[in-house]
Amino acid sequence: MGLGLVESGRFPKPLTKLLNMSRKYSLWVYQWGLACCAIEMGAAFGSPRYDVMRLGVIPFPASPRQADLVVISGTVTDKMAPPIKRLYEQMPSPKYVISMGSCANCGGPYWDSYSVTKGIDQILPVDVYVPGCPPRPEALLEGIVMLQERIQNEDMAERWRGDPIVVG
Amino acid sequence: MTALTDSQKLAYVASQAADARVNVELETEGMTLNIGPQHPATHGTLRIIVRLDGELVAGADPVMGYMHRGYEKLTEVRSYPQITTLINRIDWLGSFANEVPFILAAEQLMEIEAPVRARWIRTILHEMSRIANVTLFLGDMGVQLGALTPVFFAFRDREHVLNQIEAVTGGRFHPNFDRIGGLKDDLPKGWIADTKQTMERVRTFCDEVEDLLMGNEIFEARTRGIGIIPPDVGLQFGLSGANIRASGIDWDLRRDNNIGLAYDELDWKVWTHPDGDSFARYWVRLQETREATKIIDQLCDGLPSGPVMAKVPRIIKVPAGEAHVCTENPLGEMAYYLVSQGDLVPFRVKIKSASFNNLSITPWLLKGVYVPDVITILASLYFILGDLDR
Repeated sequence: MGLGLVESGRFPKPLTKLLNMSRKYSLWVYQWGLACCAIEMGAAFGSPRYDVMRLGVIPFPASPRQADLVVISGTVTDKMAPPIKRLYEQMPSPKYVISMGSCANCGGPYWDSYSVTKGIDQILPVDVYVPGCPPRPEALLEGIVMLQERIQNEDMAERWRGDPIVVG
Repeated sequence: MTALTDSQKLAYVASQAADARVNVELETEGMTLNIGPQHPATHGTLRIIVRLDGELVAGADPVMGYMHRGYEKLTEVRSYPQITTLINRIDWLGSFANEVPFILAAEQLMEIEAPVRARWIRTILHEMSRIANVTLFLGDMGVQLGALTPVFFAFRDREHVLNQIEAVTGGRFHPNFDRIGGLKDDLPKGWIADTKQTMERVRTFCDEVEDLLMGNEIFEARTRGIGIIPPDVGLQFGLSGANIRASGIDWDLRRDNNIGLAYDELDWKVWTHPDGDSFARYWVRLQETREATKIIDQLCDGLPSGPVMAKVPRIIKVPAGEAHVCTENPLGEMAYYLVSQGDLVPFRVKIKSASFNNLSITPWLLKGVYVPDVITILASLYFILGDLDR
């Protein structure tokens, strides 16, 4: 299975399905914990009650270069935005972004603050928005399950030809 | 003591000279190590620039502001009931404790006193947020030393405390439950019995963590005698909370400057430790968690009946004046200096949070320690970035 076949867009359907299924159940998540949401993300990823690994999500990559998915959780300030962009650029494609919490979605309670970036979607393409302040761990898991459905039905040709798919 | 022989003296001089030669040969070039702004040991987004001489730290500069959200400016454009929503998020692990001093300051200016039952429930929730905050520290300290188990235990037992907070307030993290003049609601039915069970769980958790970490050879070797803060230095840097109590200074605002909470009527103890090292800071916090469960048990037993809300005007306008209230937050001293000009919004709110002072000692403290100990010392100082940058 050469990459040329994938890039050409003529990938046999059953193989696409198989490839997508294996991608969907081995999501390596880079945890970008910034504020309050980081603790709820920690509860979802690190605690025995919510146990994210049963969904096929592996939450402990050593660096963003090994990650498929990044969860931006918490308030993004203007000072923090450049490092976030830089680490996103280090992730190998195909890559997905979950924006967790009101602050990362749109600024949240700091909508009129002078130092907060109003929405991470200004600098990164976001796949899934998880609303809440902070969202419950269950909400984050729901977001991950929705992302997995999207990955399952993703057209590889479309993905590999260029434009990333952005869920509204 | 016997006098040294000539040969012994010569041998000593020779060994010193040899050491000096080796030192010259092994002289290292300086190196700058950047930790953060995203690093698990920094509890969020702190960046520390460490200048190294070999394995030793020659200097450390913390760079903060990555979590600065402009609280003091935002409070000037929010009405008083809206501000509690905002200040919940200063120290996100112990949210309710952030509301209390602000509400007390506003009550002082309005000359309203909350009913006794409201004061007692406030104290219960204040201590609960302390447990929710410090249990995570107790687990996290293990992670920084390579022991993964305690943090799973911490998350497991913290959930029960969060459930109790949620049962009263409706929010796991940010209760927004404190009102000027009392509380939003009374306790739900059956809550007291559940709380006592939860406190039993937390005490079991404390025993488990103590079993896992205290007496563990690696834990002791990595924390005993590391990062010592002498009491006078700690006071000079303005440390507060468990960090200063671990240096042997018996100072707790819950006991020494109790405003509006029910601590005076309870039987409890302030824990101190004479050593001032990382271990002492861990030990003091562990004992404080236990003490908090005892405080909550006593409060549950003696909870007075009555209303939970005083008579308050529908539109809250705080009369002109100034008020300063400080309480003992889970992290240390938290103070609000509230200036009102009689409007719907405050004129100025100065927030003093504990983490800023607790972090300010790092350039002094990290000088001369080994690189791996940087992480341990930072973890043992225990600051939260929202509390630090605001």
